[in-house]
Amino acid sequence: MQHTVIEKLSILADSAKYDVSCSSSGGKRKNEGKGLGNAEGMGICHSYTEDGRCVSLLKILLTNFCIYDCAYCVSRKSNDVKRVAFTVQEVVDLTINFYRRNYIEGLFLSSGIFKDADYTMERLVRVARKLRQEHKFNGYIHLKTIPGASEELIREAGLYADRLSVNIELPTEASLQTLAPEKNFTEVLTPMSHIKDQLVLVKEEKKLFKSTPAFAPAGQSTQLIVGASPENDRQILTLASGLYQNYELKRVYYSGYVPVTADSRLPLISTPPIIRENRLYQADWLLRLYGFGVNELVDEQNPQLDLQIDPKLAWALRNRQVFPLEINTADYEMIVRVPGIGLKSAKKIVAARRFAPLTWEHLRQIGVVLKRAKYFITAGGRSLERREWDEEVIRRRILFGEKGDRNGLWGSQLDLFSQAG
Amino acid sequence: MHFYTYDGSFEGLLTVVFEAYERKEWPDQIGKAGEAPAGIFATHHFIPTQEAKAKRVWQGLAKKLSQAALENVYKTYLWEQPGCEMLLFRFVRLVFASPQSGIEENFAEPVVQKIAAIGKQMFREKHRMEAFIRFQRTQDGLFVAPINPDFNVLPLIVGHFEKRYADQPWLIYDGRRAYGAYYDLEQVQLVSIEELPKSLKKGQLPTDLLTEVEPLYQQLWQVYFDHVNIPERKNRKLHLRHMPKRYWKYLTEKKPRVQAHQPIQNKQLPTGVYRLQP
Repeated sequence: MQHTVIEKLSILADSAKYDVSCSSSGGKRKNEGKGLGNAEGMGICHSYTEDGRCVSLLKILLTNFCIYDCAYCVSRKSNDVKRVAFTVQEVVDLTINFYRRNYIEGLFLSSGIFKDADYTMERLVRVARKLRQEHKFNGYIHLKTIPGASEELIREAGLYADRLSVNIELPTEASLQTLAPEKNFTEVLTPMSHIKDQLVLVKEEKKLFKSTPAFAPAGQSTQLIVGASPENDRQILTLASGLYQNYELKRVYYSGYVPVTADSRLPLISTPPIIRENRLYQADWLLRLYGFGVNELVDEQNPQLDLQIDPKLAWALRNRQVFPLEINTADYEMIVRVPGIGLKSAKKIVAARRFAPLTWEHLRQIGVVLKRAKYFITAGGRSLERREWDEEVIRRRILFGEKGDRNGLWGSQLDLFSQAG
Repeated sequence: MHFYTYDGSFEGLLTVVFEAYERKEWPDQIGKAGEAPAGIFATHHFIPTQEAKAKRVWQGLAKKLSQAALENVYKTYLWEQPGCEMLLFRFVRLVFASPQSGIEENFAEPVVQKIAAIGKQMFREKHRMEAFIRFQRTQDGLFVAPINPDFNVLPLIVGHFEKRYADQPWLIYDGRRAYGAYYDLEQVQLVSIEELPKSLKKGQLPTDLLTEVEPLYQQLWQVYFDHVNIPERKNRKLHLRHMPKRYWKYLTEKKPRVQAHQPIQNKQLPTGVYRLQP
């Protein structure tokens, strides 16, 4: 018996790990009346894998049995692997006992599809219901919504879960048809819009009746696999931006494709596109929090994000006419666009300059990365650089340092970067 | 030169602030009772703690500071690094000397910047403890977690665990500072154990104290940890930055394995196509 739980956990954690979301923030579940757990606001990463990813939730599949045969998935029907399934009680016990020992913030439950969508979804909901109702569990619950599941089940899922997600996986209908012929965009977007409608509805009702039960208070998210299909960054970011605007998504996650099966429809790559994935995340943050539009980061001429430098620096180098900004007078909205200045530093700058004009030394103390920022700002009218550098020089100095002529090195490093892509 | 000493409590330190203002004798150095002044010409004042005076200083600060900045004053005390008392004093003087409120946002002022930096450091350590504490369940149902944080953050994390584990008794024990917080389902008390078992200092409770299923759950957690890893993405530098080695001895997932990790063979790749990152 014990052996089986260990074996099941091995298999079902291993098959769930390519789903990159592990966020546990945004829950609003307070512990009232001495129950177990509390999930207010801030997420916690309880551990980090050896690849440096956050481990916040017990992320498992309920089962790796699956009726689908998606080319990119370890659990695809045609893959010759051992199939197992947790019972509802096993998942509940694992969650509670891990939570009590402070290993996790809660549960992220997904599943292969056995029998049909509703049959699978119903079991996921049952786990969540049991945790909430029988065990008074207030920790975080993220449920995967199975495409094709009924609206009724999705509504019930949202009552217990803090977050719901439906994975789009492939950024275009064409790729979906090639790699996951049994799925289509409509089937994925339908539950997403059900969730969105509920989120909006509950928000409205909350204004009238405080007692309206919460619906997925941490919102919904999705995941896109990057590098398994030929889409460029512009297509991916345009899709992401549309999802944020039209489906009230909290997050879009990007998962660099890790080859799991040999399939002639999939690209042969030697390493997962980790740098590209990272650049997409940076661009995503710029879209959500820094006020950038997709077209400012990528356009027809530059459909791919620059792998060498982050998208904000790339934008700044393409838009030299905007700079330099005088740090003592520029608007906050512009200050956050300066490379080397994050949201926190920008807030500090705006707060501190009320007391006295800021100097370069002040900026350094505040935490501005001057190595990057100095090409784009002045402090009290003064610049740190005595001459104007052109785009290529700034790029080189930021990447490889300011001393001497490093053309030789520059060439070889460029080569490394192109390999990394 | 004025050298003030206090009994080591936060209230004691605030009383020093009060007395310095009362006497108009600004401290050049503040230390805990028993500490020696830096110079032989210093005038030494030992200030016994007086709750009422401490409270007046605290309330005075509360009027002029945001909640976060007020907490940073307390965090500077818990920071415990040499010079923390004088830093706190210089900040308090700046606050009381400033006519308008909001002085905690004057980041161009070095003391303000330093206090904010300490606040950030303390927050990070507090957050790490909230993440890295691992409870082990004993036979009598007590959940025990030994800790050894860089700074004295135990008082800052008690509230978090009280809310989270309201239905289980727990003990979090700081081995280095020799005190802990014990929750008995009703309230949290600060406790001190005279002779701390060695095993607790090492981060692992002796097996005969543990409840029967405890080793199984510890093993399950290790199994989980091993299987969520994606070897193709290995990034040890990032791993170590997030989880510095000094915390490892308390982390269940970093302890020796009962059974060696057995990777799942679920990938069907032709050999040679895919190689691990160097």
